[in-house]
Amino acid sequence: MKKEIKNKKFSDGEIAERSGAQCVVDGLVKAGCDVLFGYPGGAVLDIFNCLYDAPFHFVLPRHEQGAVHMADGYARATGKVGCCLVTSGPGATNTITGLATAYMDGIPLVCISGQVPLSMIGNDAFQEADVVGITRPVTKHNFLVRNVDDLPDIIAQAFYIASTGKPGPVVIDIPKDIQRQTTTCIEPDTVEMRAYKPHVDFNPAEIEQLAALINGSHAPVLYVGGGAIAGDAAGEITELARKADIPVVTTLMGLGAFPEDDPLALKMLGMHGSAAANYAVDRCDLLISAGARFDDRVTGKISEFAKRAAIVHIDIDRSSVGKSVRCDLGVVGYIKPVLQALLPLVKQTKHSEWVEQTTRWKERHPFSYPDKGEVIMPQYVVEQICAVSNGKATVVTDVGQHQMWAAQHYTYTRPRSFISSGGLGTMGFGLPAAIGAKFGCPDDPVVCVTGDGGVQMNFQELVVPVEHKLPLVIAIFNNGYLGMVRQWQEIFYSTRYSGVALGQEGRLRMQRIEEASGYLPDFIKLADAHGAVARRIFNKSEVTPALQEAFESGKTCVLEFIVDPEANVFPMIPPGHDVSSMMLRSV
Amino acid sequence: MKNIINCLVENEPGVLARIVGLISGRGYNIETLNVGPTLDRQVSKMTIVVLGDEKIIEQVIHQVSKQVNVIEVVNMTKKRHLNREMILVRVASKDHAARIEIVDLANLFDASVIAVQEDSVTLQMVGDQEHIADFLRLFTPYHIIDISRSGVIAVGREDVNGNG
Repeated sequence: MKKEIKNKKFSDGEIAERSGAQCVVDGLVKAGCDVLFGYPGGAVLDIFNCLYDAPFHFVLPRHEQGAVHMADGYARATGKVGCCLVTSGPGATNTITGLATAYMDGIPLVCISGQVPLSMIGNDAFQEADVVGITRPVTKHNFLVRNVDDLPDIIAQAFYIASTGKPGPVVIDIPKDIQRQTTTCIEPDTVEMRAYKPHVDFNPAEIEQLAALINGSHAPVLYVGGGAIAGDAAGEITELARKADIPVVTTLMGLGAFPEDDPLALKMLGMHGSAAANYAVDRCDLLISAGARFDDRVTGKISEFAKRAAIVHIDIDRSSVGKSVRCDLGVVGYIKPVLQALLPLVKQTKHSEWVEQTTRWKERHPFSYPDKGEVIMPQYVVEQICAVSNGKATVVTDVGQHQMWAAQHYTYTRPRSFISSGGLGTMGFGLPAAIGAKFGCPDDPVVCVTGDGGVQMNFQELVVPVEHKLPLVIAIFNNGYLGMVRQWQEIFYSTRYSGVALGQEGRLRMQRIEEASGYLPDFIKLADAHGAVARRIFNKSEVTPALQEAFESGKTCVLEFIVDPEANVFPMIPPGHDVSSMMLRSV
Repeated sequence: MKNIINCLVENEPGVLARIVGLISGRGYNIETLNVGPTLDRQVSKMTIVVLGDEKIIEQVIHQVSKQVNVIEVVNMTKKRHLNREMILVRVASKDHAARIEIVDLANLFDASVIAVQEDSVTLQMVGDQEHIADFLRLFTPYHIIDISRSGVIAVGREDVNGNG
């Protein structure tokens, strides 16, 4: 369909001709982009030519997947839209995992890809891929630009779509000829879209019903997800919990939305959540979900989940309300204004008996692990990261056992201090996301907690913080295994370890790495080759000094902790089971 | 249960693919699909017939509504509405007697003969879902050579907000 020709001009009547490529750079500036993660190629040469003079920071990752994870880490750490730029074909297809990661967790990204010229689309041209087709299921929206006059509007719309409603990634695919054509159209000051109306007016009657439920409850629980962080509502969550004396459980994505040093904090719930959090959800009479989506890793067996409770869903995404778990009251709206409207209607009260009960659970079943003398327990390393950084570090994780230990054993007290691929569970996310987070928050200490498996998936990005002289601590928990898979094989597959050993050919089962010969790869040599400071730590007593040194060094430091290969993540509720099947420790 | 869902969407490339992909990607089967322009040149109307229980249909509607190019989604099955589908059927007729029998039966359904060949009759029939099912059932004993269906289109009986 041919669109009406727009006649937006500069107000003084002067018509400034700009290329499509220049529109991209100007659009990014107008949208407030301050760091662009990008990788060049034939189809984006014109944009790179304009980037030469761009006022924002440009970062060159070593793989397009790294570019998207960096933009993602940046977005999670700052709350702003992450921006990345890649070339056509393989450049764009390399972004898919990163886009899917951001899509699952509702992270605002704008990813610009080059495309072959319009006339060549569909001809199997060099470095051609159907990018809008491939990215459709993993983006909130995508655009193929067909007319250079549309470009300024599309860029503004992309940022608007990415950052409003439930946030998510948006792809703009720009053919090379469009980048070279010129236009007099300019960036709009406001975005108005016919069909996309992210503003949602919540229903005040629902807020009154919710207040009545809270005021009538004897054993309420607040179940807080990533939406509370995305919606900037940590303050309101805390106020509500304290005013109505409600214990708080958080999802993996919700860590930090409520200060874990508060007596009402029961920490994470779900498969590897705290016993107290899972008992509380099981026994409560009212479960208020705030920006959480009842993931299967949280609910386990759906029919048993919070079976004694009235369940309230508060979510910006109508499709999330009642999707997997029954919903007694649904409130669709932005979480911050919903909670602000709710707070005055909620009575200041005490649920002493209930809170005492949850506190007893917490005291009886804290996250714990065995003491094996000088053998480094991975959980201990997480505790020491928290202690050495005074709980002020932003922790960025990869995926697996170390991710769960990082969630369990650190005390999160502020939003955006825990960054992790929750929904998609993307190994290889940690290192590039930590780099992106550091670019976004250069004054905050950032630590990447990763494993010997995950770190190898994007190790090439280590050169980026070194190049940019970024202080960054990368803690590799080396247990010589793909630990989480090994744990499942141990528990559910009769310890038949299949395809999970890393590092040494012929190493005995569960033999500690330093007792076998050689390291494969040698992370210290590898880090050294990338220009990072590197150190291998074998003994518990070395952990704290090594961390102190790394945090104080002001450099990119790789710390390889040789940890207990037998350590498992507990508690654990087997998939599809309920809280009665919770394993508190190894049997 | 069969549900007729009307969607008003922006007339942009890729919208159809996005909606179809979204429904099929969740494993739900689209029975019929019809897309056409509306009075507003920038808006198209899609009519999608999906099989599924209430929970599945509710998810489909929420997911489709959430798409950036979708203006409105209405489950027509939930309100008073009219629906029609057109089918074209080519039926074998080996001799004159058979032809007369086919045309007689077609007349009972208000179907019209739109082509006649030596060995076949092509019929056009418009009706609601029930009507079409009856028609096809009664023609099953004959040899149906080919059949094409337009997919269901639907319109609201009483207009609520202009888009029914």
